[in-house]
Amino acid sequence: MMMSQLRKTLPLLRGGVQWAVSRTCSSLFMDSDSAGLVLQSQCTDVYQNLALEDWIDSNVDLQERSVLLLWRNQPAVVIGRHQNPWAECNLPAMRAAGIPLARRRSGGGTVYHDLGNLNLTFFASKKAYDRKRNLKVVTETLRRLQPGLDVQATDRFDILLNGHYKISGTASRLSRKSSYHHCTLLYAADRSALSAVLRPSCPGIQSNATPSVPSPVVNLKEHAPSLQWEELLGAVAQQYASEFGLSSSSVLVDPSDDSVFPGVDLLAAELRSWDWTFGRTPKFSVKTLLELTDDQLPARRSAQLCMEVKGGRIESCELDVPADWLPERLSGELSGVLVGERFCPHRAAAAVTALLRSESSELHGRLNKLCDAVVAVMG
Amino acid sequence: MAAVTRGSFSVFRRLLSQQYRRRCFRLQNFRSARVLQPLAFRFDSNLQTFSNRALHCAAVCQGPIVQFKLSDIGEGIMEVTVKEWYVKEGDKVSQFDSICEVQSDKASVTITSRYDGVIRKLYYDVDATALVGKPLVDIETESGSEVIQEEDVVETPAMAREEHTHQEIKGHKTQATPAVRRLAMENNIKLSEVVGTGKDGRILKEDILNFLAKQTGAILPPTPFQEIQTPPPAVTTAAAKPVGAPATIKQLPTTPKPVFTGKDVTEPLKGFHKAMVKTMTAALKIPHFGYCDEVDLSRLVALRSELKAMAESRGVKLSYMPFFIKAASLGLLHFPILNASVDEACQNITYKASHNIGLAMDTSQGLLVPNVKNVQLLSVFEIAQELNRLQTLGGAGQLGTTDLTGGTFTLSNIGSIGGTYAKPVILPPEVAIGALGKIQILPRFDATGQVVRAHIMNVSWSADHRIIDGATMCRFSNLWREYLENPASMVLDLK
Repeated sequence: MMMSQLRKTLPLLRGGVQWAVSRTCSSLFMDSDSAGLVLQSQCTDVYQNLALEDWIDSNVDLQERSVLLLWRNQPAVVIGRHQNPWAECNLPAMRAAGIPLARRRSGGGTVYHDLGNLNLTFFASKKAYDRKRNLKVVTETLRRLQPGLDVQATDRFDILLNGHYKISGTASRLSRKSSYHHCTLLYAADRSALSAVLRPSCPGIQSNATPSVPSPVVNLKEHAPSLQWEELLGAVAQQYASEFGLSSSSVLVDPSDDSVFPGVDLLAAELRSWDWTFGRTPKFSVKTLLELTDDQLPARRSAQLCMEVKGGRIESCELDVPADWLPERLSGELSGVLVGERFCPHRAAAAVTALLRSESSELHGRLNKLCDAVVAVMG
Repeated sequence: MAAVTRGSFSVFRRLLSQQYRRRCFRLQNFRSARVLQPLAFRFDSNLQTFSNRALHCAAVCQGPIVQFKLSDIGEGIMEVTVKEWYVKEGDKVSQFDSICEVQSDKASVTITSRYDGVIRKLYYDVDATALVGKPLVDIETESGSEVIQEEDVVETPAMAREEHTHQEIKGHKTQATPAVRRLAMENNIKLSEVVGTGKDGRILKEDILNFLAKQTGAILPPTPFQEIQTPPPAVTTAAAKPVGAPATIKQLPTTPKPVFTGKDVTEPLKGFHKAMVKTMTAALKIPHFGYCDEVDLSRLVALRSELKAMAESRGVKLSYMPFFIKAASLGLLHFPILNASVDEACQNITYKASHNIGLAMDTSQGLLVPNVKNVQLLSVFEIAQELNRLQTLGGAGQLGTTDLTGGTFTLSNIGSIGGTYAKPVILPPEVAIGALGKIQILPRFDATGQVVRAHIMNVSWSADHRIIDGATMCRFSNLWREYLENPASMVLDLK
């Protein structure tokens, strides 16, 4: 009944790929003939798209079928599951530019997303997890669209153009019986924005978090100017369908629609939370020198700052300030007030300004400068 | 609902109910036996080990310790890095709970428990390399519980999440770990009758205990109490404040439902809260005096409603605060001692040139007081713009040190939440503060002796009595009040 109606509405694939708007998720996955599906997200919110990935990974039976999800985001920085955001990206610059930060659930390094970057997620059962095969879909597509284009997948599952420019990076996640492998594809991303945000926020971070391996990047569009976005999407979907033996058409989905994907909003809310994005940072320490300036003194002095940060919160803080610049009691009070707070410039600002009120001696100005210097370290 | 979930869920449901059935069967058998002896189970492979363990149980009254090995991840991977532990030694775990997160070559994997029990040993530290096939943790399983024989070992919370989504849709599928289910069953409680307070409505052990307590009439959770409103302080003016019926706090706080533990919880004050303790201790060293008054804002209300649309067309939300702030600044021009600061020993007084008027803001972190700089130079519209900016930042928890320091005088609009009179605390290094109550529509006599509707707001000032006297405060308040009761007069004095 619903099935036959659906078969009538979804045009069969012959040459190009037809996009159809999904009615409900049931109609997508009920088609027992299909060995899989290609989905295209209509949303460009990074958290909703990541939540959709989680949702598909948890809720779709991937034992007999495979799914490809195509998505892209408004400018955002996405760090890997076990990375340190302060070490990987420039948080103050991102804040000024309104670029959000997201932590994904798969491993790997930091990437910059914008509307010129295509994300592909290959969902499969754990047994069918095969990253080489997935990347072959991408390289074959590119070679078909631009014959003679030199694109190769490496051992590290990157895709290189002309032997040394990276156009795609990979990460994946394995669960009990399912898996997903996602990769980026630089089509026409903003390279200057990319290099501006992918640098550390603060100096002196020491941690065992997964480091990113920086590589020179290039956009596909620069080497294949005639390649259109829609053409690229269509070709990838078609190549995937032929590689994995699918006959179904591609479907547009809205990852923010809770009626189609029940529970996806909760998943997105978790991904947006501070506790997930920053609170999941592996333990790290910060050791740096602060410059102390005073209008009355000509000479520059410096203070040593050592902080231990666990779960995104300051576990310990030591401030070694020259006693003649500021009495130990005051620098001790400042350290004391920071312990237990989030490693966040705003939380620290609230705590130190409250402390400043209780100190009204003539050293208030110097304490103020010290507070500013400490807060600046936090990105 | 969606066939995808129905389709895949039926697989899960069948799987789930099999496990559930196994558990019930095991439990009944064990309980009826009453003595530890080898029992006839469906899992023959475990029979021998279980009988040995059963004797062991009797001897030391402990559950058997199972070595949980790291299972095969796939792709021929032999070692992984342990990135995060979700449990520590001594923690109770249930089947399918996450134990740790490991990473291998850009792949992140969640390892979940096969058993119910208590973690007795972790074999690796964070960032250590774990080997596939070697023990990862030791779990002391509960005596009588059984190793679930399953092909694939690496579980995820996927199943639990699956159930959650169905609870939402169907309304009768409840989510609880097997340990909680057993507890409910032992006490003859229907899970559908228990309200879950855990994550996503999950039923926790505490919920079962709560339910039991209610049934047996044990300690009740705290009930909302009636608060009797005290009569307003004697300082109020002759105008009778309609008190009405005593106010009661009727509703439960909208914060999440507290979990019943029955124990006091002590935790140290840290960070911002610790700093607030210092601030307030310093503040109350200042000898405060209070002065309160009533302001008729009827004309201001009319003016604001006229100007609101114009401000919005310029992209700014116009409230009453910009007017209050500007009027305060105009008043401070005549009474600069209210915009001053004294040093610690109260030897010198500094008259501050800038009017940096602070706004008490209630944020998720607590009480923050950002200030609008140099109000003496700003128009009402510019003040409104600044306020919008500070409110947006405050709402997002993004106020910086520049906005939070340098204040010279403060206004607290507590009336936006509620209240009439207050006793505000001066924020050092300032010397005065004003708290604004809510605007109420009350009957008043006009010039001709008729009763009219008036918009009345109460203001409560506090000042440092070491340098400010009552008369000064009173005159300042009168001037401020006059500007607000006759907004046209502000036009004359606006710089």
